[in-house]
Amino acid sequence: MRESKLWVYHLIAGAVILVLLGIHMFIMHLDAILYSLGVGSQNPIDSGVVFARSKELFFMITYIILLGTALYHGLYGFKNILMELTLAQKSEKFISGFLTLCGVLLFAYGTFAAVFVFMK
Amino acid sequence: MKVERLHRKNNLGLAGWIRGGRYGLERYAYTLHRITGLGILLYFLLHIFATSSRIWGPEFWEKTMDLFEKPVFKFGEYLVFVAFAYHALNGIRLFITELGFGMGKPQRPVIPYKNAVRRQRPLLIVAMIIAFVLIVFGGLDFYLLGN
Amino acid sequence: MNENNSTKNTTTVIFEILRYNPETGEKPKMQEYNVQVYKGMTVLDGLNWIKENLDPSLVWRSSCRMGVCGSCGMFINGYPRLACNNQILKISNKKLQIKPLPNFDIIRDLVPDLEGFFQKHKSVKPYLIRKDIQEQNLPTGEYFQSPDELTNYIQFAYCIKCGLCLSACPTVATDERFTGPQALAQAWRYNSDSRDEGSDERIKAVHDEIGASRCHFAGACSDVCPKGVDPSFAIQLLKQDFFLKTLKLRKDEKETHVIPTAKKYVPNPKIPEAPKPTVKK
Ligand code: HEM
Ligand code: SF4
Ligand code: FES
Repeated sequence: MRESKLWVYHLIAGAVILVLLGIHMFIMHLDAILYSLGVGSQNPIDSGVVFARSKELFFMITYIILLGTALYHGLYGFKNILMELTLAQKSEKFISGFLTLCGVLLFAYGTFAAVFVFMK
Repeated sequence: MKVERLHRKNNLGLAGWIRGGRYGLERYAYTLHRITGLGILLYFLLHIFATSSRIWGPEFWEKTMDLFEKPVFKFGEYLVFVAFAYHALNGIRLFITELGFGMGKPQRPVIPYKNAVRRQRPLLIVAMIIAFVLIVFGGLDFYLLGN
Repeated sequence: MNENNSTKNTTTVIFEILRYNPETGEKPKMQEYNVQVYKGMTVLDGLNWIKENLDPSLVWRSSCRMGVCGSCGMFINGYPRLACNNQILKISNKKLQIKPLPNFDIIRDLVPDLEGFFQKHKSVKPYLIRKDIQEQNLPTGEYFQSPDELTNYIQFAYCIKCGLCLSACPTVATDERFTGPQALAQAWRYNSDSRDEGSDERIKAVHDEIGASRCHFAGACSDVCPKGVDPSFAIQLLKQDFFLKTLKLRKDEKETHVIPTAKKYVPNPKIPEAPKPTVKK
């Protein structure tokens, strides 16, 4: 019961990432194409552009949501893979705990960075 | 009654994940989805640290980004983009099919048997074509247009 | 049988068969046999011929020789198949490599250990469950079911428990606890049966760590199934059902009621009565 619920969230997180990361990827990697069409900036990872973007509330919030969902989706997927190896129960508990901890710490760190630069 | 087991283990193990054998396309799609998922995860974890370096200010950021300008990293980044394009498009297909949509309804089994995997195959092919187009455009962007 | 065949057109096909003897405990090895194959001969016929003419020590499991009992599943030229359901010349006219089904322990030669597999089948409670135990044990009538409701699950009820789907499944290759395509398909066969009310009792085997979320839709199980059961479809339908119920988009099924017994049955006046039997009992 619980596992299938987590799996449903995994899928939903995937859908959220699709939308947010879709935007992210278009801005970052199809930038030249977008720029030649007259939208976006010429160099999206130029520090000036990056820091200007960090100051926008929209980008800060989407970054935090993206961070959370991608961490959940990725780490849960990784856990799912490890759980299929028929490991000892102890190792499985340890892995679950460890990955959850990693997720929480990384989320805290990333959120801190986003908020910190936004406020500065 | 307890039977003493002299049976020999015959599980395929990890080879069962990686080798698609003579099974359908979806079996290969599964392996690739797993590999790309793990690849993106690894990149994403590094990415969090790299982009969070902005808390040390613009100079540090520039330095970090310069580091990633090396051709090796650029190619690595392109690989991540390719993995992402595949994972995203195949992920859309899985989102639809793993929730039981796009495969019709149960039918009476009449020979020759048809199955849901075959019924959703056009979806896989369309997803792969779109992924391919994205990969080509991404390549143009990485290597020709954006310098 | 032999003489009969020699008059027909035959082709020599090499059977390369895995041999394993638990008593000596030696590593499994491959052994080759030359078999004269005539058109229409099944892999099982070939094995029988070897046992009768070349090597009586060869062991495998089979019974019905017509794709019904599910005991002759083997890994033939890299693909799980029923030996009785496949003609040799349709697979190859040169060489057949026959191994026991992967992902099952080998008992001897081509005999896989299906014990754990049957346990998994049992773990999903593959029978109709009613909340009203009294009615289930001492029925007062029949349950109504329309042809459409039958079509909803009948394909999944064709399973012969051959285990081919588990040999094709990548998750089963490493995960020994996974309920597996066959048992999950049976869980859906009963969950989707309009007469059944037992989906809550199957939840442990179906929606815990060992259940449907271990399936990633690699689809191989449906490809190899010899009976058109389409287990991967059943699993995705299980997930769909779970997803829709979690998001409150689907209500629990409506109950099927017992239809009155024959005693209370009132005949339709428009239908003429059947003529009296002419033969005395
Ligand atoms: C474009 C957005 C994405 C979509 C639509 C998506 C979709 C999916 C889906 C549907 C699954 C489940 C597959 C299954 O049941 O086997 C999955 C698995 C997975 N995803 Fe994603 N994903 C996306 C982005 C990501 C990202 C950004 C990461 C890394 C952080 C990631 C890492 C993984 C991993 C590790 C798995 C587990 C693979 C497995 O179990 O075989 N995905 N993804
Ligand atoms: S679902 Fe098909 S392949 Fe699997 S055990 Fe049943 S009949 Fe065999
Ligand atoms: S012998 Fe019964 S299925 Fe092959």
